[in-house]
Amino acid sequence: MPGPLARLVGTRLALGSVTLAVVSALVFWATEVLPGNAAYAVLGHNASPAEVRSLEIQLHLNRGIIDQYGSWAGGLLTGHLGTSLADGVSVWSLVEPRLVNSAVLAVVSGLIGSVLAVLLGVAAAARKDSRLDDGMSGVALAITALPEFVVAIALVILLSTVIWHLFPGVSVLTPGTYPWDAPSLLVLPVASLVIIIVPYIFRMTRAAMIEALESEYCEMARLKGVPRRRLLLWHALPNALPPIVQVIALTFLYLAGGIVIVENAFAYPGIGQGLVNAVSARDIPVIQVIVLSLAAFYVVVNIVADVIVLLLSPHRRVAR
Amino acid sequence: MMTTPSGARQEPAPAAAVAVARRRRPVVLLRAARTRRGAVGLTLAGLVVAVAAVGPFVAAHSPTAFAGLPYARPSAHLPLGADTLGRDVLSRVLDGGWVLLIMAAAATAAGVALGTMAGVTAAYLRGVAENAIMRSVDVILAFPQLVFALLLVSLAGPKLWLIVLAVGISHAPQVARVIHGAAVGLAERPFIKAKELNGVRPVRIMLTEILPNLVTPIVVEAGLRLTFSIVVMAGLSFLGFGQPPPAPNWGYMISENRLGLALNPWGVVVPAALIALLTIGTNTFGDAVARVSIGAAGRRSELALAGAAIGAVASAGEDGEALGGDVLGGGVLDGDVLGGGVLGGDVLGGGVLDGGVLGDGGAP
Repeated sequence: MPGPLARLVGTRLALGSVTLAVVSALVFWATEVLPGNAAYAVLGHNASPAEVRSLEIQLHLNRGIIDQYGSWAGGLLTGHLGTSLADGVSVWSLVEPRLVNSAVLAVVSGLIGSVLAVLLGVAAAARKDSRLDDGMSGVALAITALPEFVVAIALVILLSTVIWHLFPGVSVLTPGTYPWDAPSLLVLPVASLVIIIVPYIFRMTRAAMIEALESEYCEMARLKGVPRRRLLLWHALPNALPPIVQVIALTFLYLAGGIVIVENAFAYPGIGQGLVNAVSARDIPVIQVIVLSLAAFYVVVNIVADVIVLLLSPHRRVAR
Repeated sequence: MMTTPSGARQEPAPAAAVAVARRRRPVVLLRAARTRRGAVGLTLAGLVVAVAAVGPFVAAHSPTAFAGLPYARPSAHLPLGADTLGRDVLSRVLDGGWVLLIMAAAATAAGVALGTMAGVTAAYLRGVAENAIMRSVDVILAFPQLVFALLLVSLAGPKLWLIVLAVGISHAPQVARVIHGAAVGLAERPFIKAKELNGVRPVRIMLTEILPNLVTPIVVEAGLRLTFSIVVMAGLSFLGFGQPPPAPNWGYMISENRLGLALNPWGVVVPAALIALLTIGTNTFGDAVARVSIGAAGRRSELALAGAAIGAVASAGEDGEALGGDVLGGGVLDGDVLGGGVLGGDVLGGGVLDGGVLGDGGAP
């Protein structure tokens, strides 16, 4: 019998592939329901029939939809993602640097935010119902409600333009350079995302820690005189971790959407900005690839989170 | 309640949920408004709504008329200065909220209606229908909400009612999950079975027996979705996919005026502050409603509320088990906290598989 871990990963991978296949079919089918058709959408409605015809042939729109999907999906699997309709260059050369930039932004923000939020959550739970706890919970509730662009704009006003002039308010990277070449450009986008994600992880950490601290084994540890810090970090936190990991996973999933606004607010050249540009230009091949990358990211994060949670909770590893 | 692979959520939590829903149904909003938190939230949101509703009638200038130099500083003539094209910021602020609010409210209504329909139908019909509905939900959840809305807008073009529909549809899967979780236990209750034996038609049972018992989770869900509708609507507008210019819109004002931030910050600060006050208000009130309806769950409510907040930001796994029922539900969080109960089951998307698809469930 394979271990539950292998089984879980196997099931998730299979389900994830199915999800991706369905998503790719949906995204592809969506190009067919475009009013008019994709050729008209790109060329505008004043295009001459000859122009439309030649673009239709270039896009293979003159073939059946199953056939079209087949060749498109085949291209995806073999690394041929097609050509951008707006720029005429290959989709991959447009998307690849953006993927790297977005990954840097999301991972840096996610890591900083997670660590910060867990620390704050533990601190709040340790002083439950104190003024500090009430204050932090109130602030968390308020920030939870804020749209991303409000946070971003507030940071720009505070740190970049009106009050202080510490960091650049736009994060334009010259083509060919990556964010690690100019770390100061990352500061405000990362700070925005951190501020947005911390409240969620904070709330779950606080709740899970309170739950753990009220348990009998923590009571026992307290009674036998375990020092407070050790009780918090050694006894309570490990048992509070599984739901926290879940929330961190959800946060990373959220980041896939949250970066769209934040990247646009700072003109940061990631896939979020790329998506908005592509949607404005109706650059369908680029939209398809970016949306699929986001969906793939979603599937991978889910699998990773499940594996971590399984590893963190020994009693779940026993086959049922 | 420890997790059992199937059918675990039928008893006793749904019984409690039904009782609670029955008792509190008419007053959950009123009771929330009477809490301190609820009153604060209602006041904040009410202020912004008042500005948006009364604004168009008291604006001194036309929102599209040129009234001064671009980015002119505030003066007696223009209390908040001028915007990027020299239009009166105050007039544009006063006129720039009502369309946004109506669109957000309409998208919330559409999303909650669609999601509730899907969730209740899946929970009641079980079998193939449930599988099909909840699987589609899972697939849609693989898109971040804003990306999904953007995708729909890119396909449908920038027509206002299509944007409303797109945002509504992007809410539906998350609503469907929560309502499905709440309804699954309900569908197995004896009073439903009794109606079935009396030959009442399924549609009628769903509308007159199941739906009234879901009012509380639906209200809580609507509160969450309203905040997110405003956020997504204003976000789309900020990105340039909302009302087309030159119409004033708080979301778009922020992006069109931000280049002149150093010259006249008010064109950005005031709309941003109004949107922030509004979402903080609706979110705080929604939190109060959730607290009131969760009430008796006691110390566990913290976890459930934290779960609800997250359910709102990004919903759970690509299959019911991934982030939900299986892992969160088992042992660790004690199944029911995030599961059954008043907030309606799958706050974290739990137990979809456990509840029905894989479960024996005793479905008819």
